[in-house]
Amino acid sequence: MTESVAIVDYGSGNLRSAAKAFERAASDRGLNERVLVTADPDAVLRADRVVLPGVGAFADCMRGLLAVKGMRAALDEAVRKRGRPFLGICVGMQLMAERGVEFGTHKGLGWIEGEVRAIEPINGLKVPHMGWNDVTIRAGEKLFDGLPTGTPMYFVHSYNFYPARQDDVAASADYGGAVTAALRRGNMAGTQFHPEKSQAAGLRLIGNFLDWRP
Amino acid sequence: MLRVRVIPCLDVKDGRVVKGVRFVDLVDAGDPVAAAKAYDAAGADELCFLDIRASHENRGTLLDIVGRTADACFMPLTVGGGVRTVEDVVILLASGADKVLINTAAHTDRGLVRRAAEKVGSQAVVVNIDGTRVSAEPARWEVFSHVGHRAIGIDAVAYAREVVSLGAGELLVTSKDRDGTGAGYDIALTRAIADAVTVPVIASGGAGTLDHLVAGVRDGHASAVLAASIFHFGRFSIAEAKAALKAASLPVRETGG
Repeated sequence: MTESVAIVDYGSGNLRSAAKAFERAASDRGLNERVLVTADPDAVLRADRVVLPGVGAFADCMRGLLAVKGMRAALDEAVRKRGRPFLGICVGMQLMAERGVEFGTHKGLGWIEGEVRAIEPINGLKVPHMGWNDVTIRAGEKLFDGLPTGTPMYFVHSYNFYPARQDDVAASADYGGAVTAALRRGNMAGTQFHPEKSQAAGLRLIGNFLDWRP
Repeated sequence: MLRVRVIPCLDVKDGRVVKGVRFVDLVDAGDPVAAAKAYDAAGADELCFLDIRASHENRGTLLDIVGRTADACFMPLTVGGGVRTVEDVVILLASGADKVLINTAAHTDRGLVRRAAEKVGSQAVVVNIDGTRVSAEPARWEVFSHVGHRAIGIDAVAYAREVVSLGAGELLVTSKDRDGTGAGYDIALTRAIADAVTVPVIASGGAGTLDHLVAGVRDGHASAVLAASIFHFGRFSIAEAKAALKAASLPVRETGG
């Protein structure tokens, strides 16, 4: 049976690149996955997997997501209640947090305890954290199958997700301290880096997500 | 550890790569998409397209190139040339660019940097600063404008600070004096700006040897190095550039290419 993956369109992120990367990863795997870029909550509910992209500011993205009527409820239903595999990318991962702190405090989806805060440019640290950085991967993470710990992935962000529970951290990077590179709890996963921009390693992770049965 | 990025830059004019790309046997050395794919396979860390004769008439051609490149190359892509409005930025991003270069338009309209960053986020806004040396001792540089082809009386380091405060997420620092000479980056210019701002700086303009790339990072304090002809004509490969950086104890991403 053909499975489908819904990439949520709420006006944020490079959706064209993301969709193409998912299509490529699926064909590399010999999967017949249907890739759908959609702003329709019903389409998200019907999909077998859900991807939430996002770039820019946390508050803007959250506002954009809430502006799509019914989308938040559809995400809660598909991901939290029905347990569909979920991948948040960059700010899409950050939105799983309880809150983002940036010119005030803003509520996130509240799926994973913790908050999103700025990376401080101290001691000459350049912000945004931009470029390829190696990720230290927790053993046994299915999304990183075939990717050795230390694999470089492409990051571009100025904010970091500080989870309340270290158990939720699937991978981390070092940039003036620990940066959350990937989160996972049950069927919910997210990457701070951009797998759709991380060449072969990124496509591999996307393929793993398409094969993932949490 | 964050790796030093090696970024080949493709100058595009009327939809064709200027002077062509000859480091591999491309059927068409002037095809920007074929060149981008070759650099993707060679392990480049990012790609940059610069539309050097940006005009409204050929904008569609550039957008088509950006789109076809993004469809085939799953790596970061920066695109510049003729970006004058927030709408230009948005359209390039929607076509598949990850970052957009703003250059001349910001000289007279600094607000463009702020509006673009507010709309799409700082991470997607790169400001290109063309600097030209106006005094040797003490060293001083002014911003150079392609409009009128002259220095415009704005201190390059002060300008760098200003555009970062307005929301630029990265700076491409190009020495107009060295560009095309192969004599090496203007290291003092690169360092003066890199040390003055908190965002990453890409060294550009003048790379002719692998030592120049090393100096751009080690002495110029750049986070990334951009070059064109040394790669396009096969003088050095991306792998050789990374090997040279690595030999100088600088962290690079090694790939199969």
